[in-house]
Amino acid sequence: MLNDSILTWITFMPAAGAVVVALLPRKGRVIQWFSLLVTLVTFVLSLHLPAHFDYAQHGFQFEENHPWISSPAIHYHLGIDGLSLWLVLLTTFLAPIGVLVSWRAIKARTKEFYFLFLLQQTAMIGVFVSLDLFLYYGFWELSLVPMAVLIAMFGRNRGPQAALKFFLYTFLPSALFLVAIIWLYAKTGTFDFVELQSRLAGGGFAPEALAWVSLAFLVAFAVKVPVFPLHGWLADAIQEAPTAMAMVIAGKLGLYSILRFNLGLFPVQARAIAPLMIVVAVVGLLYGALVALAQSDMRRLIAYSILSHLSFCTLGIFCFALAGLNGAVYQTINEGLTGGALLVLVSLIYERYDTCDMSMFGGLAGKLPMLATLYVITSLALVGLPLFNGFVGEFLVLSGGFPVHPGWVAAATVGVILSASYMLWMVQRIFYGRQSSLVVHRPALDLNAREHIMLWPMAVLMLAMGVLSPYWIKGIETGVGGLANAPAATARATFDAAHHGQPARTEAVSMEKQ
Amino acid sequence: MNDALRILPEIVLVIAGVVLMLADAMMAKQSSRKPLGWLAVVGALAALAASLWQYELPPGTAYFGVVQTDAFSVFFHVLIACIVLVSLLITIDAVKDSTEGLGELFALMLFGAVGMMFMSGATELLLVFVALEISSISTYIMAGFRRKSAKSPESALKYFLLGSFATAFFLYGIALIFGATGTTRIEAIAAAVGAGNTPALIYVGLAMIIIGLGFKVSAAPFHVWTPDVYEGAPSPVVALMSTGPKAAAFAVLLRIAYGAFPLLHTHWVPALWWLAVLSMTIGNLGALRQRNVKRMLAYSSIAHAGYLLVAFTALSAEGIAAASFYAVSYAAMNVGIFAVISHAGEYDDRLTLIDDYRGLAYRSPLLGGAMAFFLISLIGIPFTGGFFGKFYVFAAALHSGLVWLTIIGLINSGIAAYYYLRVVTAVYSRPAEASPVMAVPRPSMPLLLALFLTAAATLVLGIVPTGVLARARQAAQTYPAFSQTAGTPLSER
Repeated sequence: MLNDSILTWITFMPAAGAVVVALLPRKGRVIQWFSLLVTLVTFVLSLHLPAHFDYAQHGFQFEENHPWISSPAIHYHLGIDGLSLWLVLLTTFLAPIGVLVSWRAIKARTKEFYFLFLLQQTAMIGVFVSLDLFLYYGFWELSLVPMAVLIAMFGRNRGPQAALKFFLYTFLPSALFLVAIIWLYAKTGTFDFVELQSRLAGGGFAPEALAWVSLAFLVAFAVKVPVFPLHGWLADAIQEAPTAMAMVIAGKLGLYSILRFNLGLFPVQARAIAPLMIVVAVVGLLYGALVALAQSDMRRLIAYSILSHLSFCTLGIFCFALAGLNGAVYQTINEGLTGGALLVLVSLIYERYDTCDMSMFGGLAGKLPMLATLYVITSLALVGLPLFNGFVGEFLVLSGGFPVHPGWVAAATVGVILSASYMLWMVQRIFYGRQSSLVVHRPALDLNAREHIMLWPMAVLMLAMGVLSPYWIKGIETGVGGLANAPAATARATFDAAHHGQPARTEAVSMEKQ
Repeated sequence: MNDALRILPEIVLVIAGVVLMLADAMMAKQSSRKPLGWLAVVGALAALAASLWQYELPPGTAYFGVVQTDAFSVFFHVLIACIVLVSLLITIDAVKDSTEGLGELFALMLFGAVGMMFMSGATELLLVFVALEISSISTYIMAGFRRKSAKSPESALKYFLLGSFATAFFLYGIALIFGATGTTRIEAIAAAVGAGNTPALIYVGLAMIIIGLGFKVSAAPFHVWTPDVYEGAPSPVVALMSTGPKAAAFAVLLRIAYGAFPLLHTHWVPALWWLAVLSMTIGNLGALRQRNVKRMLAYSSIAHAGYLLVAFTALSAEGIAAASFYAVSYAAMNVGIFAVISHAGEYDDRLTLIDDYRGLAYRSPLLGGAMAFFLISLIGIPFTGGFFGKFYVFAAALHSGLVWLTIIGLINSGIAAYYYLRVVTAVYSRPAEASPVMAVPRPSMPLLLALFLTAAATLVLGIVPTGVLARARQAAQTYPAFSQTAGTPLSER
């Protein structure tokens, strides 16, 4: 039965491909074609998931659970729910695009590149599907290595420094995260997510210790998101990383982990720290947007815009409203898609003009009309124009958060305005106005077939996710439904109990939101 | 005869070593000594087989109870045989036909292994001392084997002087303990301590022994010799001496601390706690500043000694098992990385700086990849032996309630990531035009074999550690006094 092994197939297909890549000859484009094939097969396999996902069922599906190491009791436990479903799909969807965008950009050491690239895919998918904390940690740490090596190897100027910075920023908190994991194991004797969840909900732990443990989790994840003020690695990493890696470096892994583990295992502690997280989210949102306004390098601008947009997700998460959580997950996917598309587009400009400095550009739309069109579409999606995916995410976050923290959410809307300003200003500086001397003198061709093939699916998806959002939301909601509604539901329950003498059912609240 | 079977691996190694020296003397002066290396490899393989066979022996003692074969000693015998085997392969790869005194070098490696094996099996402190000397003296000589370089004899002399000093401490400790208890047998000492015979002398003696062994495992603050010696000694020799004698010294420390003085644990555990913290911190901070790869790895070995000591302080069977496992995983990755370094450095002073390794992966993807893999294991990334080593050690510590030690240790491992990763990024960054790395020769067959063995071991330990862990647990059962304490959390000491 495919359902019993599909996650293993999806997770390890790229790793198996990586092993084959290591053995392939360095001739022609054999390695590229093979990597493309592997990523496409993985993507097609992953389509099995939404096709057979049971939206009526809460909890984990496509589960696989085998003992791996007897002592300590580590299980090979995989499974997905509505939260991880679309993140897995996002990863497998971006993988072939990552291969295509590297097609010409990576000229030398292709074997090393695609070997590590495919390994990185396995690590990222593994993070989303692991339900054993130990296994999860394994993939989590593994995801650092190919990324760091790729940044070091293929960085533009200061690759090694950026790689070191990225690695240390993420590895140091991971060390404390490991202490926390081992502590949990020492106290409960299990690494299994589901079992841990019920043990922790059962109580009997020193609250102070749990607070520290949950903090260790949160810091490790927050660095990876990144959440302000832990974002120091982001701009350098995005600027230096090969595009295929920059597309996936931020956002989804960290935000998913916060949702899954911080909210899933430590709901009380997560709520205790929520005020702080909301403040840093709003500060990060505004800070990222303001710094983005001051950038002259396109990649750095996008990096700060990513910081700003990811803060939106953090805000949505820590409001604990169902709409906000839905919006946060939706926005995480958007960021992967739209931010990724933008980085691809910038890399296409870079391939043509060897610079990302905006002051060198002007009037590019006249030379490269197709590229300009797609760039504008992507920018509009990013700033949250209605009919595009960004609008849905931002609207959900704002509408979910507003009843809970009206002041902070109002401040966050300023970020939306700022985001429109820096994005549209960037578009204006690059594509419109007088043609700069670089644009006039350097001959460049508009998009070729390969570039069309990788960009249009993303553009179509941006529009589809803007118009047909319920298709995605219904899955996400089964995943995050259990994490939300505590404040609202208790308020509602108290209200009902006071006025009608009977407590409202929690389901009623979530039904209403649909 | 039965007694001889209990020291069979040692006998095999001695015979192989003697045959080797005779053959060396009889060979024509001009002819290549490399075939002798293969003879030594055969000897090491035979010793490995003998060690593995010893698992079949029922636990027991020989020669009036001075040597013991039990799961613990056999575990370390196997480990040491493997280390020597791979180190021999690395040596064969690194040396040239014209290298002076090759026959002696191979023989010394085997004799050193004899000492290390006796160390892990001895239950009589005097035999421990003799074994320690056999192992140390072989290492002193081997450290000075790069005769044309000024650094190598310097390192040998430094190692010899400080090492003799440490051995003197060790011997003095034995003497004091003999004075206090009237015996040098490990169980007899334990019995004397158990009977309440604990004069002040015994504490001084124990402290001396810990200092002596602390030197041998290069635990801070007894580590000062390590960087100089590692820098000067030939790389294949460093592969051996950074793992083999250390594993043996740890075995001795385990035997003495857990076997002879379990009842005094309230006294020696705080000492080891501090040794662990100092070693981890000084080792890692020292490594941060190094530009020479071998010096960096020397400081890293100090830090790894600290991690191992963490397992000791856990004071549980789990901790002993973790320490034994760690010794194996550290041996696999460290011998592996020195295989790469010795090949790149060609037995000599080439490619000593981290910057010299820029672009190794471009020159040889295999060597670069192997080096990166071992470094990643040293960092402790999952799916490598280094990770499970670290994991078991800190799990044991946390299980015994050593929260602060665990936090200090794991923060240290975070710091360590920086300097290891610096080498990884160097290996994978674009080389300069006239980089010395471009002259690195193609890997030879023995090197490929060595790399395969170490990389496979590192990977297997990282994915299916169960087999080795089961053996390590079995080894830990040799100390029944502590097999029950696993699971009873001790308070932070």
